[in-house]
Amino acid sequence: MPEHAQELDASGLNCPLPILRAKKTLNGMESDQVLKIIATDPGSVKDFEAFAKQTGNELLESSEEGGKYIFFLKKK
Amino acid sequence: MDDKKLAIIATKGSLDWAYPPFILASTAAALGYETQIFFTFYGLVLLKKKLNLQVTSLGNPAMPMPMPVPVFMQAMPGMQAMMSSMMKAKMKKKGVASVEELRDLCLEAEVKMVACEMTVQLFDFDKKDFIDDIEYAGATTFFQFAGESDISLYI
Repeated sequence: MPEHAQELDASGLNCPLPILRAKKTLNGMESDQVLKIIATDPGSVKDFEAFAKQTGNELLESSEEGGKYIFFLKKK
Repeated sequence: MDDKKLAIIATKGSLDWAYPPFILASTAAALGYETQIFFTFYGLVLLKKKLNLQVTSLGNPAMPMPMPVPVFMQAMPGMQAMMSSMMKAKMKKKGVASVEELRDLCLEAEVKMVACEMTVQLFDFDKKDFIDDIEYAGATTFFQFAGESDISLYI
């Protein structure tokens, strides 16, 4: 599991809130810092991949664990 | 990426149709798009300070209903208000943002909102009823932005 500077729990939130919350949290972080995101929306798996591709923030890891989706995003 | 632009025209003012413009605009803003929404005709009510958005199954046979209700019953007084509060409760339960929340997120992300001046005159709307951070303009102003946009959507 990558080291992370901040964690965001977006459990229970539906599209597009996990992405919007993640973006907002990233705004307050430094370049190269890692954000861990926990979500329950199954659509967020594809959406975080697409978010990373379009914004240049790197998706280091994406996994599922007991109905929770965990993402590690490295800020550009 | 920062130079991509999205232009949206929002023409509808029901609860269900309020979602697409605000979801797409807030998401686009998060992706770095410069985004503008032009509100016209019934879309203008989405800019009111106090939103009272409703949903109706009338004329919309695709709306999922918890139980089958004959169409003439759907037209009974109070049915629209009941369906609207049921829909809002369902959205809350499923973690779907409220329209107010999405609109606030758009404003926070500097999505520019333009109200159609002609519609304001047509329906005798009072500008005091609308949120503050908006502009009033016409079709030509929309084209100034839309003409250089990468994506234009009519909703």
